[in-house]
Amino acid sequence: MSLTPDEVKTIARLARLAIGEQDIQQYARNLSRILEFVAQLDQADTRDVVPMAHPLDMAQRLRSDVVSETDQRDLFQQNAPQVQAGLYIVPKVIE
Amino acid sequence: MEWETVIGLEIHTQLLTKSKIFSGASTAFGAPPNTQACLVDLGYPGVLPVLNHEAVRMAVKFGVAIGAQVAERSVFARKNYFYPDLPKGYQISQYELPVVSKGSVEIELEDGTSKRIGITRAHLEEDAGKSLHEGFEGVSGIDLNRAGTPLLEIVSEPDMRSAREAVAYMKKIHSLVRYLDICDGNMQEGSFRCDANVSVRRKGEAKYGTRAELKNINSFHFVEKAIEYEIARQIELLEGGGKVVQETRLYDSKKNETRSMRSKEEANDYRYFPDPDLLPLVIEPAFIEAVRKTLPELPDAKKQRFAEHYCLSSYDASLLTASRALADYYEAVVKAVGGEPKLCANWVMGELAAALNRDNKEITESPVSAAVLAGLIKRVLDNTVSGKLAKDVFEAMWAGEGDADAVIGKRGLKQITDSSAIEKIIDEVMAVNPEQLTGYRGGKDKLFAFFVGQVMKASKGKANPQQVNELLKRKLAG
Amino acid sequence: MLTQTLAELSRDLKARKVSSAEVTSAYLARIQRFNPQINAFITVLQEQALAEARAADARIAKGDAHLLTGVPIAHKDIFCTAGVKTSCGSKMLDNFVAPYDAHIVTRLKQAGSVLLGKTNMDEFAMGSSNETSFYGPVKNPWDSTRVPGGSSGGSAAVVAARLACAATGTDTGGSIRQPAALVGLTGVKPTYGRVSRYGMIAFASSLDQAGVIAYTAEDAALLLSVIAGFDPRDSTSVDRPVPDYAATLEQPIRGLRIGVPREFFDPGLDRRVAEAVQTALSIYKKLGARVQDISLPNFGLSVPTYYVVAPAEASSNLSRFDGVRFGHRCGNPVDLMDLYTRSRGEGFGAEVKRRIMTGTYVLSAGYYDAYYLKAQKTRALIRRDFLEAFTHVDVIMGPTTPTPAFRLGEKTDDPVTMYLNDIYANGVNLAGLPGLSIPMGFVDGLPVGLQIIGNYFDEARMLGVAHQYQRETDWHRQVPKGFE
Repeated sequence: MSLTPDEVKTIARLARLAIGEQDIQQYARNLSRILEFVAQLDQADTRDVVPMAHPLDMAQRLRSDVVSETDQRDLFQQNAPQVQAGLYIVPKVIE
Repeated sequence: MEWETVIGLEIHTQLLTKSKIFSGASTAFGAPPNTQACLVDLGYPGVLPVLNHEAVRMAVKFGVAIGAQVAERSVFARKNYFYPDLPKGYQISQYELPVVSKGSVEIELEDGTSKRIGITRAHLEEDAGKSLHEGFEGVSGIDLNRAGTPLLEIVSEPDMRSAREAVAYMKKIHSLVRYLDICDGNMQEGSFRCDANVSVRRKGEAKYGTRAELKNINSFHFVEKAIEYEIARQIELLEGGGKVVQETRLYDSKKNETRSMRSKEEANDYRYFPDPDLLPLVIEPAFIEAVRKTLPELPDAKKQRFAEHYCLSSYDASLLTASRALADYYEAVVKAVGGEPKLCANWVMGELAAALNRDNKEITESPVSAAVLAGLIKRVLDNTVSGKLAKDVFEAMWAGEGDADAVIGKRGLKQITDSSAIEKIIDEVMAVNPEQLTGYRGGKDKLFAFFVGQVMKASKGKANPQQVNELLKRKLAG
Repeated sequence: MLTQTLAELSRDLKARKVSSAEVTSAYLARIQRFNPQINAFITVLQEQALAEARAADARIAKGDAHLLTGVPIAHKDIFCTAGVKTSCGSKMLDNFVAPYDAHIVTRLKQAGSVLLGKTNMDEFAMGSSNETSFYGPVKNPWDSTRVPGGSSGGSAAVVAARLACAATGTDTGGSIRQPAALVGLTGVKPTYGRVSRYGMIAFASSLDQAGVIAYTAEDAALLLSVIAGFDPRDSTSVDRPVPDYAATLEQPIRGLRIGVPREFFDPGLDRRVAEAVQTALSIYKKLGARVQDISLPNFGLSVPTYYVVAPAEASSNLSRFDGVRFGHRCGNPVDLMDLYTRSRGEGFGAEVKRRIMTGTYVLSAGYYDAYYLKAQKTRALIRRDFLEAFTHVDVIMGPTTPTPAFRLGEKTDDPVTMYLNDIYANGVNLAGLPGLSIPMGFVDGLPVGLQIIGNYFDEARMLGVAHQYQRETDWHRQVPKGFE
């Protein structure tokens, strides 16, 4: 499995990562190496194997429908890069 | 060329829980921005989702109500995409294994027949926040109060063939979720939202045409308009030799048109995978049975009962059962009156519905309670007030002037049923209209109506019309 | 004083032979002196630590002290600490002050421990050498040209250098056991679900587990008894009573069945490390344990499986870092796409980007079945092998790492070479089992570790088995030169 620089750019865009043009080749090389390595899994016989998503066979626990949170906007927004009138500010969202 | 339209709807209903689907923040509408967004809703590093019991119960309730399968084991997945109103960069939703699948509802068509609309699935997911644009220059403001509000997304089969059918289906679901008390159905506040998948194909064609997904259609009226516009657009495109592109289109209600949403086209590789922060949702049969026991009488059953028990037409029964609150109101009126279901139905669907509609009020906000309306109907039945004047009494009650007896007393609208009093009026009318009397007695039968009118006018509408008729006949005959 | 174990210090504090203020001051002085050499702390909490120490002394004086009251510890900078910078080793969170405490932070605070600071780590816990940290690499106290392991390399280094009495860590694919082995300490990763993940910044949610790095199994037992237990804020937290792990340490191990997987003794394993394992096993035999050869037939699949599952989950977990609500934001974004790509491009380092891209790829349309779904199945095979093994053995033993600590920069060119350093560790996380590493000797003057893997929720036995070994040996008493 080998990734081309264009494929790397597509993945980087999907993952919203700006990658410098000068680094694309290196990422292509490294990612290809990783994908080649994990491609060994192909050889494993997994017929009739149930996929495993969690280490423990447990069921989801449910919480009761109670409002337990209070307004802590000011505290939480101390980490925000840009706020105005209690809103998080981002470049214009075009729909 | 004959075209056939194929429509499927995805309806997002906000569930009426107190807290969010995965956090303990309030779901109340209208709070100042971001004051109901806790760490979990904000997608803060390190915090984790825990599922709300009530959201599960409501989803099961819906599943049971539409005769669907409730999954013994369903799984929450992550739908990955970047958007500012989506704090974690993924939406927790159910993908491969939804909690509810394979149900159906019946809708009534205009010709009086009914049609079964399949419901492919209904799954639990979290709502996103909101982007606000007004009042900002070149930027948007993000409010995450709505983020994490529980949604039940109800996905229909592509079973609808016209905009009318789509609206009928949407109304059916709207009525059902309110009957079940799992959603307030408030479309202005976005508690009940609809996306429509619309395609057209040549009549007889087996394959579906390429569909467009219409977003943001948040009223019954706009659903019809948007779909009709989209059908026309697609047919025009195809007849002109063009092709329909599979895309998301936004309905603009001001311009009554749909337009392509480029922003949503970008990221359509959602990379769904099971959310490792949540475990499989296991629903035991006993849980389903317990929920089933809490089901209220559902619209279809209620409608049938109304038609049979109250001898109403199918049309009347379906109007009266459109919402549980209206049906309850009607039944309360009938009970208080002690019968006369048809007369009660006429009042509820006539004067009351007109007044509600005129003042843009819900049945629950009616200033005239079921007991008060029943009081008026009783006065009509015992001839205290004429049917005609009763309408004036109703308006006065609506305006807050008190119950029927109070209004009738205050305004002196009591019907005159005393024969001697009516005879007296008749005598006076006959005395001042000798010419007409002669004419009538000479064979001009049509003049009878003239005398009725004069007597009613002289009594200010209060004379009992039946008595007036009888007495007049006798007196005029001489 | 500073060569004492946590258990010994705890006894002295309780007996008021020494005050927490004295011990804390001494550690702070050592941090000031030695941390520049090893770069193991990201944040040192001088004032706060002294205040906590004084409060601890008051509590001890009142007589309501816990065993950990007054004990100075450090947290890996992956755990949220209210009002304190929590960077996760990343530029992305260089400006991030957590508004809340992680579950284990709360537990250890309630027990009265003193927090000295937050330790350096591989960025977002992605690494096996501590070289991916935005704050620069941590140096191994045994040899400053070598790595301390990762990702909990800072926690391992501060304890090894005696700059804290113990430290917390997280282990997604070996990140506690491997650094503990490379600096000569005891590192414990509990069963998945045993310790709440609440407040621990997620790397790969189905693999992440918090644990501790300490001098001895006894120290680890004391800490684990505090941090383990049910937390309703984590859906994967297990509601199951927590035993007093220290209480069962002295149980004799006569008759213990030790399984040694033959697959661990592969060509990649340093011969001298293999010999050290055999020497350790001979001590167990002397104590009456029965050592058996076992097989984990799908062992070879564990690293490739891990490098599909972990990046997949990470790619999604790290999507929340978008420059909107917290964390690094690029300067003057022209539009949303620019905001996202530059904030993330600038905020994340190369290894994190590689893993995000790997994870994005294996989950994307057309590749999901071949990679992610396949890995979920091979993961099931790996777990099945362990379950099968535990039907006839009580614990599994082998090396923690194939080699002692490697040189800084030695494995940074080829990611796969780096990944293979956790070859014996990854499978334990995939299965969700508890595992620990204890020092078992030296190779070329560098510590090497013995890995002990327990059955699900069998931490008490696992710790007891480790403790019995430490009663017979003094590897865990060794202090690196220059840090005595």
